[in-house]
Amino acid sequence: MKRRINVWTNIDWLTVVLYLILVFLGWINIYSAVYNEEHQSIFDFTQRYGKQMIWIVAAFVIAIFIMIIDSNFYSFFAYFLHFVILFLLIFVTLFGTEIHGSRAWLEFGNVRFQPAEFAKITTALALARYLSSQNVSLKSFRTYLWVATIVLLPATIILLQNDAGSALVFFAFVLVLYRQGLSFGVLLFGFYVIALFVLALVLEKLFVIFGTIGLALIVLWILNKRFKYVMVSALILAGSGGLFYGIDHFFHLNVPMYFIILGALVFSSIFYLIMAYWYKIPKVALLLLLLFGSIGLTYSVDHVFNNFLGSHQQKRINQLLGLSSDPLGAGYNVNQSKIAIGSGQLTGKGFLNGTQTKYNFVPEQSTDFIFCTIGEEWGFIGSFVLIGLFIALMLRLLFLAERQRSTFSRIYGYGVLSVLFFHFVINIGMTIGLVPVIGIPLPFISYGGSSLWAFTIMLFIFIRLDVSRLKVLR
Amino acid sequence: MALDTYAVRRNIIAFLIVLVALIFLVKLFLIQVVSSDYTPAATNNVVRRITQYPARGLIYDRDGELLVYNQAAYDIMVNPRHLQAFDTTELCNLLNIEKQYLSQKLQAAKAYSRYKPSVVLKLVSAETYARLQEQMYQFPGFFVQPRTVRKYKYSSAAHLLGYVGEVSDKLVDTSSYYKSGDYVGVSGMEKSYEPVLRGEKGVKIYLVDVHNRIKGSYQDGQYDKEAQVGTNIVSSIDMDLQRYGEKLMKNKIGSIVAIEPSSGEILAMVSSPGYDPALLVGRPRSKNYQKLKNDTLKPLFNRGLMARYPPGSTFKVINALIGRQEEVVFPSTTYSCHGGFYSGNFHMGCHNHPSPVDFIESIQVSCNTYYANVFKRIMQDDQFASISQAFTNWKGYLESFGFGHKLNVDLPNEVSGFLPGVDYYNRYYGKDRWGYLNVISLAIGQGELGITPLQMANMTSAVANRGYYYTPHVVREVKGEQRIDARFREKNQIMIDSTYFEEVIRGMELAVNGPPGSGSTARTARLDSITVCGKTGTAQNPHGKDHSIFIAFAPKEDPQIALAVYFENGGFGATWAAPAAKLMIEKYLTGSISVQWWEDYVVEANLIKHRKEEDETQD
Repeated sequence: MKRRINVWTNIDWLTVVLYLILVFLGWINIYSAVYNEEHQSIFDFTQRYGKQMIWIVAAFVIAIFIMIIDSNFYSFFAYFLHFVILFLLIFVTLFGTEIHGSRAWLEFGNVRFQPAEFAKITTALALARYLSSQNVSLKSFRTYLWVATIVLLPATIILLQNDAGSALVFFAFVLVLYRQGLSFGVLLFGFYVIALFVLALVLEKLFVIFGTIGLALIVLWILNKRFKYVMVSALILAGSGGLFYGIDHFFHLNVPMYFIILGALVFSSIFYLIMAYWYKIPKVALLLLLLFGSIGLTYSVDHVFNNFLGSHQQKRINQLLGLSSDPLGAGYNVNQSKIAIGSGQLTGKGFLNGTQTKYNFVPEQSTDFIFCTIGEEWGFIGSFVLIGLFIALMLRLLFLAERQRSTFSRIYGYGVLSVLFFHFVINIGMTIGLVPVIGIPLPFISYGGSSLWAFTIMLFIFIRLDVSRLKVLR
Repeated sequence: MALDTYAVRRNIIAFLIVLVALIFLVKLFLIQVVSSDYTPAATNNVVRRITQYPARGLIYDRDGELLVYNQAAYDIMVNPRHLQAFDTTELCNLLNIEKQYLSQKLQAAKAYSRYKPSVVLKLVSAETYARLQEQMYQFPGFFVQPRTVRKYKYSSAAHLLGYVGEVSDKLVDTSSYYKSGDYVGVSGMEKSYEPVLRGEKGVKIYLVDVHNRIKGSYQDGQYDKEAQVGTNIVSSIDMDLQRYGEKLMKNKIGSIVAIEPSSGEILAMVSSPGYDPALLVGRPRSKNYQKLKNDTLKPLFNRGLMARYPPGSTFKVINALIGRQEEVVFPSTTYSCHGGFYSGNFHMGCHNHPSPVDFIESIQVSCNTYYANVFKRIMQDDQFASISQAFTNWKGYLESFGFGHKLNVDLPNEVSGFLPGVDYYNRYYGKDRWGYLNVISLAIGQGELGITPLQMANMTSAVANRGYYYTPHVVREVKGEQRIDARFREKNQIMIDSTYFEEVIRGMELAVNGPPGSGSTARTARLDSITVCGKTGTAQNPHGKDHSIFIAFAPKEDPQIALAVYFENGGFGATWAAPAAKLMIEKYLTGSISVQWWEDYVVEANLIKHRKEEDETQD
């Protein structure tokens, strides 16, 4: 069945209006953030606000262009586009221009272009295409392998470009997988690993080992609902722990407590396995595997932290976790950012009156820290309105995605929503000190052509798909 | 639509989005609306208050000649944050400082604040600054803050003008005006007129960016305050006379204080040895100050205000006046003098002079015997039941002359001097166990008297005025103010009738102008053109040779100048003090010296050499 539909009357104008408001707010706040007495005109093309206007106008043209293209184009060329972007990513990694330590830019004259921004779009398209194809379900290992390939390949290349922030964005697609039926266990396991990583940094290793043992006992009870097993396991561990401690004490070996506990655990595990086999208690081996995996992880956290993360990333994480305080060093940006937002108070200092941003106390005030300008000049009321607009847009996208008849469209819609949500959480979260500083832009608001265009394309592809939602029955 | 078992998860996702938004809004509410820490932090970031230092008021002499003015000087400052590697040797050479000093200062500056500037070197001269300015680009982080330092036209009158120095920590703690590093008048007029001279500091409030660059004024300068330039003052000092006095006192120790009797204005106050006021300005000040402080001749000590001397025979003028007022002596009262005053075993010597002498002649020839008798009569006056009462009555007269207490002159560090009271003798001899003979040395100005040259000059001024004085002062006009302080416009009456003064003044006139052979003691003070009235004094003192003292005023009928002259260890009053007083009077009244020989005689004398030799033998 094929019906002729008028693209312009079926557009979801609410989404478009929200988009336009956000883009406009971004533009005037960029103007205020980098306001310069010598270049007072907002149309001055030598300044960022003038340039942003060009990007905005171009974005509108791109949006209109997207609306004209047939909706089947995106699903049909999803893989192809993803390949093109992967190729570009590899290309810039090898031959690109380096800016702020990231080799992530293609340069044409004085126009710069960042393929990583567009990789999010093609990843969303490719993921939607793959997950919507027949006989694919998130129950097979094969599917996970393909999903991982689609999502993690661009993320890895971007990580190699030394742009950890943009790479992290690809974790956003977990939300898409969750909606598509990612098993709760996998999700929980993922959160568990992240929580363990953080706790291992913050707490003494000894507490973490006790915690994981305690957790394992709780899980044992949940799995079998037999309190007796838990008691026996705890007693065996306590007994072997006492034995090991006694040996250590008697022979003056001075082995650290951590290793006494670990030794006792290994020793007890032999009994556990024998008993599990004897009494046919299920999943004990798996539980033990998890337990030792966790301990192994906590033990290797320091190694990962010290060797795999850059020093500025370590500092930012330490700062956020309260492990070190250095308001003039690593914490300087966040501190100044909070001062900017906090000093806005309820109603703000007024347009162009933000001293923190105008006088450069806040770094990157037109790009990653643009929210400071809003918080400082428009106060809590302005922050509230902006967050409200984002919530409205995201909930609208959720609604739109859910009303799609085509699985491809729905999954793609969730892809758009997930990326937007991730940017929103990280960007605003870092300016108010809730999330470590990760340099990613605030969608539609932050200065930058690549970012604006990428989000515009991403959003309008979905609006285009939504226009044609009635065309497809499946 | 296909069966979607996971449709419920969209609610969880929606919930997650709203939850995050709520967390953000709560956090934003906390930092924007609840917390009040961030607004001051933002203000601290951008607001820089820069103090505007006003130029200090100028000081003129009574003829309108500029004596003290300001000169630019430069503080070398450092802002540790902008510091980069530089050639320390070159900077040290330019500023003429030790490397160690520089590194110490830089360390202290960093310890104080990385963001706020500190002083590296204070008050560098314009010449050094000019040399440095060319090379400044080599030393990022360093900058220069202009200040002013005092500049003196003459190397005279240091004690009167005083000097300016950095505020003490104590003053910074107690005053709301002064901040560490400010300058303040430390002595002389600079100190006593500090509130007038200093002006009012201003402040300019700027907005700065993260690199400390000034971006504009805060709130359009609404809260700025202009610095108010210090007020100029006109001193009563006659600089020509002051300099002449200093010239006369060269190589002598002592003091000359000259007052205009009709106003109480101090015309000159010489304290010798003095110092060049320029020594206590700018960078070398502390070094020079130490040197002056350690000098055994105490050049920093203002003898005019602070030295206490016995008045010697000049005191006879006072006792004569008290005797007349108490009517224990009359113009016709005569005493014969044969080498002194005798009473039982007691003997007070006198010098050789015609005898007997009447009241006026007693002053003319300075007869000790006469005043021993006058003093005896004052102390044994029938109207008083005891010597204690008589003594207290006598002391009351002295106090009305301004002795024994501060005159409240407009200069710091004035001392009260010393007048013994009844208690003093009661303690020494026992209550009522002393008689006039125990205190008779007071008759001729010896004994326990401590009187400053200023008090002496003031007394002379009261005599010249025939019975009153104005509190002496060194400033005759504060620009912009109608009148000087009320205390300087108030007549202080002496408790002696004016008619009695004429008799005493006649005696003082004859002491200077009596014919040769008449026994006049102060003929060395005589001038042909001007009638000088004066009285010599020769004060015994425990520090060696007698002090040479002379008090005088002139002209007799319309006194323009009254003065007290002290030459420590100069011998007889007539030897040095009288001729010096004469020269001062002539210089002030005529502007020239008629007999050059007298000037050469005084100027060329060196009374310190002798004193120094004594000091050395004592060591």
